[in-house]
This record gives sequence, structure tokens and C-alpha cells, in this order.
Amino acid sequence: MSYLLPLFTAIPIFSAILILIIGKFDKKNFPRIWSLLTSLSLLFILAVIWDKGTMIHEMGGWKPPFGVVLVKDNLSQFMLLIVNVVAFLTIIYSYVYMIKFEDYLRFFTLFLFMLAGMNGVVLTGDLFNLFVFLEIASIASYALVGYGVDAEELEASFKYLILGALASVFILFGIGMIYSVTGSVNMADVARFIIVNNLSKNNALLMATGLFIVGFGLKAGLVPFHAWLPDAHSSAPAPISVMLSGVLIKVLGIYALIRVFYSVIGITPVVSNVFITMGVISMLVGAFMGFGQDDMKRMFAFSSISQMGYIAVGIGIGTPLAIIGALFHLLNHAGFKSLLFFSSGVIQNSTGTRNLSELGGLREKMPVTSAASVIGSLSIAGVPPFNGFWSKLIIILAAFSAGYFWLGGILVLTAFLTLSYYLRFQKNVIFGEPASIIKNVREAPFMMILPMVVLAVFCLLAGIFNSWIINNIIIPAQSIITNQLVYISSVLGM
Amino acid sequence: MYEEKQSGMTFIVKTITNLMIGFMLVFGAYVVLYGHITPGGGFPGGVMIALAYILVTLAYGRKVVESMVSGVTGSIADDVGALVILILGFIGLIIGGTFLFNFLPKGTPFSLFSAGYIIIYNLAIMLKVGMSLYIVFLALAILQRVVTTREENKGDKK
Amino acid sequence: MTLYFLNFVLLIIGLYALVVKRHIVKKILGVAIMEYAVNLFLILLGFRKSGIAPILTEDMDLRTFIHTAVDPLPQALVLTSIVIGLGTLALMVAMAIRLYERYGTFDMDEIKRLRG
Repeated sequence: MSYLLPLFTAIPIFSAILILIIGKFDKKNFPRIWSLLTSLSLLFILAVIWDKGTMIHEMGGWKPPFGVVLVKDNLSQFMLLIVNVVAFLTIIYSYVYMIKFEDYLRFFTLFLFMLAGMNGVVLTGDLFNLFVFLEIASIASYALVGYGVDAEELEASFKYLILGALASVFILFGIGMIYSVTGSVNMADVARFIIVNNLSKNNALLMATGLFIVGFGLKAGLVPFHAWLPDAHSSAPAPISVMLSGVLIKVLGIYALIRVFYSVIGITPVVSNVFITMGVISMLVGAFMGFGQDDMKRMFAFSSISQMGYIAVGIGIGTPLAIIGALFHLLNHAGFKSLLFFSSGVIQNSTGTRNLSELGGLREKMPVTSAASVIGSLSIAGVPPFNGFWSKLIIILAAFSAGYFWLGGILVLTAFLTLSYYLRFQKNVIFGEPASIIKNVREAPFMMILPMVVLAVFCLLAGIFNSWIINNIIIPAQSIITNQLVYISSVLGM
Repeated sequence: MYEEKQSGMTFIVKTITNLMIGFMLVFGAYVVLYGHITPGGGFPGGVMIALAYILVTLAYGRKVVESMVSGVTGSIADDVGALVILILGFIGLIIGGTFLFNFLPKGTPFSLFSAGYIIIYNLAIMLKVGMSLYIVFLALAILQRVVTTREENKGDKK
Repeated sequence: MTLYFLNFVLLIIGLYALVVKRHIVKKILGVAIMEYAVNLFLILLGFRKSGIAPILTEDMDLRTFIHTAVDPLPQALVLTSIVIGLGTLALMVAMAIRLYERYGTFDMDEIKRLRG
């Protein structure tokens, strides 16, 4: 069954190139339908290999550590679920949304390349292969952010591009440092070498740690590397904002950090403290900057920085309960942030603006969008019985039970700040007096409402059935993270 | 306005280009085909072949090189190269059980047709990288013309 | 050891150009210099004093080859990295040209419509 693993990257790349060739003859329908079929087939393959244990696929028949291996363990399958489901919903949404750009052939090509890159990052077992797939996903996202070539989108895309290239340089430098110490770039081999030779205080590894924190932290949008995030997430077209904020910063940033530090180098108290510090600063900066924003999508982008801070704190604390909370919050954030960005795209499409000061009273004209947006805001603010409450509660409990009392207090404070600025968003957009510009708006088309409804239902169900989700999906992933030796032995076959 | 005068560069540059192109193309093909024995392979060979066409663009102007290899041809060649690599991977998956399995017979070492499918792989990468570089240069040449005419229009209006 | 130090100086020069200069093309050149510096670092890792190139010819014994050749693995990694750098550079240059069309200037301090 492990022969299905390379299909997660091969099928999207094949579809992307096929769309480029055949799209010259049929520009309107073929790209959209074929992307939908591709994403559906990836979900089907994921359902086939779900929960079948750890699978190893050796590319080209070469055994590790000589060849590149693809590894699917419980953490990888958890991330694959998030990536492919959000991508499927985004393709359904952009089926109708991209009509206002005349030439959307290249949009779907770049989108499928980004999906292939993200699937590759999640599935690989080799550090340099991680870098290659990370670059594929990043370059596709640089081009997608500036897709409609207005002035502001280009400026945001250029800023994102320069900072992203800088991050990639640092990551490659770190990989070189690890190669110089261990003589291999295979993840399990490096981990085995470090454990066998007891290299945890090696200076080169310390420098590699610092470089990785800078590089992957910039991709994740943690403070102080967050400067590209508000511009890029607010200027991109709405489906791309969903993919960026909902999956890209999680896969390229948080997942890569977890994989490199928990499974390869090994976590040390210094690294834990750095994660907690960066997480706390991200939470506070995101919450405070989110208050003064007039642009709806910019507020959502700062809120993403804040929630990434929550996840980083959870990973930094490092106890099993904290990691469970962090992973659950990762899943939840993919759900409700995507929902909020979808709704912002619908609102901008119908009313022509996304400034909070110009909108108001949308609940009469667009009932379904308003209801979904209310559910999303309540979920991210942490109101029971929606899912955000449970994941934030688990992280706060983990902080208190590990002895970080000040940290727990800051987490609670940030939850209240998040609630307050989302209430401001709701008051200005959904409730309140109807503004003048919304006289002629109607509800959005069906294909744009369907993903929002699906995600809103997910937020509700994940809140109610949270223990089922935690036991069956999150705890297997967490057990891989905290057991480094299990990972090494299953890859190297010892 | 921009290309009314004699397009391209001076006569000396055009003569040297005429002499150099054949050599560059042949050498690029050699580097690609013998990629599994001598250093090189798909990527440097592809870059050399793209450089030959870029040299023609610089020396003669965009219209001449578009009559040799147009943008659409380059784009399709680019896609064909990528598809060949993927198809090789899939055939390897079917025959050998792992992606990119080397399924062609490996002959005697150090001869031209040894090392399985690597020679086809090198040709596909040559198409992909060479045509990508060429198309990027062509697109930038078009963009530069747009910017220059816009500058001249701005200058005229003052 | 001096080789690694000089390589690091190259990286710092690229970083200086990226941070301090205001012209967009100079920033792009800074990123390109940094990428080449990191590629050079990877190749330097496999360097061996008075080593031969890692090409196996017909008349070479395998044992002498292993003992005298430089490390070929970083060279394979660097080939891929150069191609990635090429793609990023092409995208940056295209975006710089488009930015010039929209804003009319190459100065990064004036391209600041998004703020806050």
C-alpha cells in the first residue's frame, strides 16, 4: 500500500501540467473541473491509507539512508487531512470566485503546484527533500499572492517574496550545518547519529537550531518575523488568503518546526523557552494590533499571528497535554479561519468593500453568510460549545499544570482580547444599522456558500464531539511527536 | 519607434553569433547525452541550449528568435519535458513498486546506453530547464519593451 | 578555516545589500548573493585538500577513488538549489518590472501604500 504515497505529489503536478497543455484549447471549464477531480482523488487516496500504521516508501528502490524516503506516520496523516480538505473546499469556492479574473488558467496551475508542495513537505522523511518541497509551495504562493496585478497586491507579494527567500536561505544554511556534523540528510539517520554520539551540546547543532528557528519561524508568521503576513494575507484574493492562513503557515512553519525539533534534533530546554517566548509575544502583538484595523482581512491576518502564538506556546511547553492542545488548536484554526476568510471574500464580492467602517447590518440581506460568520467568530473567540473553547482550554490547563502560572494568565487575557475584537467585527459588519452601500446586495452563489456551511457545521460538531476527535485523531499524532525513538526505528527498520 | 532602426546589435556581434550558435547547441547536446558518464546532465546542458537562443535574442532582436522557436512552441516543449519525467516515474511505480524505479536495462558501464532510463531523464530535463529559461527571458523582453514605450510616452507628453 | 570565514563574509555582504540599499534591483542582487553564498558553503563542506573530482573513470581503483575524491553529495544538493534560486530570481525580477509600471519608481521607500 505504500506505493500510494508518491501519488500525493505526483497527481497534482501531473494535473497542473495537463491543465497548462489542454487549457490552451479550453480555457473556461477544463481547469476548474480537472482541479476538482484531482482534489477529490487525493481525498479518496487519503481515505484508503487512513489509519493503516506507519508506511515507508523508498523512492527508486534505494534504501535509507542512501535514498529519499517518504514516511506517513500519524502526524503526517493528520496534516494531510487538514491540507487536502481545505484545498478541496477552496477549489469549490474558487470555482465561482475566479470568474472575475479573465484568465484563471494559471491560477489553478499554481494552486495545484502549491498543493503538491505542501503534500510533499508533510510526507517526506529527508531534510533536503523537505527544503525542495517547501520551495515549490513557497514560490507558487508568492506568485498567487500577487495574482490580480494591482499595485497593492504586487507590493505585498514582493515583500513576502523577499522575506520568504531570506528564510529559505537560512533553512538551507541550517541543513548544511546538520550535514557537516552528521554526514547525512535523512531525518531518521540524523536523529540516530545525534542520539548515539550524544551530540546535544554540539556548537554546530546549536547554530543549526537558531537558523531553523529563524527560517521556519518566518514561514509560520511568528513575531519578530511576521512583517510580511498582514500585507500578504489581506491583499491576496480570498481563496489564496484561505490557503495561506489556513494551511500554508501551519504546514511550512509549525509542522516543519515540530518535525525538525521533535523528531530530528531533539528538544532542549533552550528551544522550549524560545518557543514559549516567541509564542507569547506573537499572541500579544497579534491581539493588540488587531484592534486598530479597519480592513477586515488585515484584522484576520493579525488574528492568525495571535493564534499561531497559541500553537507555538503549546509546542514549547512540551508536555503531552500541551501538544494535544496545540494540535487540536491547529485543526480548529484551519477550520474557523478558513471560514472567516471565505466570508470576507463573499462580503467583498457582494458589497465591493471590506472596510469595517463602511459596512453594517448585513444580517438581513445575506443571512447564510452572516450566520456562518457569527459561528466562525464565536469559535475563534473561544465560546463554548464551539471548538475553539476546548482547544484553548486544553492549552491553558497544560500551562498551569506544567507550572507556568504567568503564562496561563497571559493565555486567558489573550482569549478575552480575541473575543473583544471579534465582537467589534460582528457589531460593525453583521449587526447594527444597515449601511448605505448594502442596498442592492444579494446572497452569494451556492458554490461559494457551500464551503462556509461545511466549515461552520465542522466547528459546531468538533466542539460537541471533541473527545472523539481527540482520542482518534489527535492522540495518535501526539504519540509520534513525543516518541522520537519510535520514529527512528520505524524508518530505519531496526 | 523602438525597432524602426536596424534591430539588434552591430554587424560584428551578428557575425560572431552566427559562428558561435552551432557550436553551443552541439556542445549542449553532448553535455546532456553523456550526463551519466561525464559531469553535466540535463540542467547545465539545458542552460547552454537556452543560452544559444538568448544570444540570438540579444544579437538579432525578438522577432527573429520568435520565428525560430516561438513562445507557444517553447511552452509546449516545457510541458512535454515535465510530463515525460512524471510518466517515467509512474512506469517505474507500475513495474518496480517504487516511484522512479530504474526499469530500463543497465548495459555495460561507461558506454552511452548504460544506466537505465537516465538518458531519457536527462533529455526531459534539458527540455524543461532550457525552454523555461528561454520563455522567462522572452517574457522579460516583452515586459521591458512595454515599460520603455510607456516611458517614451510619458516623456513625449511633458 | 579561512575559506569558511570568507564565505560567511559573502553572506554578510548579501545581507547588507538586502537591508540597507533602497533600490529594488540592489535588494534583488543582495538575495542572489546570499543564495550563492549558501550554495558555496554546501560545496565547501565536501571539500578535501588536493582531492580529485568525484568522477569514476575506467582505469581507477575504487579504493583510491574513495580516499581521494571530494564528497559528491553536497554537489547534488547544490545543483537543485541553484535551480530553485533561478526560479526565485526570475520571479523577483518580473515582479520588480511590474512594480515599476504601477508605482513609477524603483525606490523602496516610496512603495509603501500598505501600512499599519
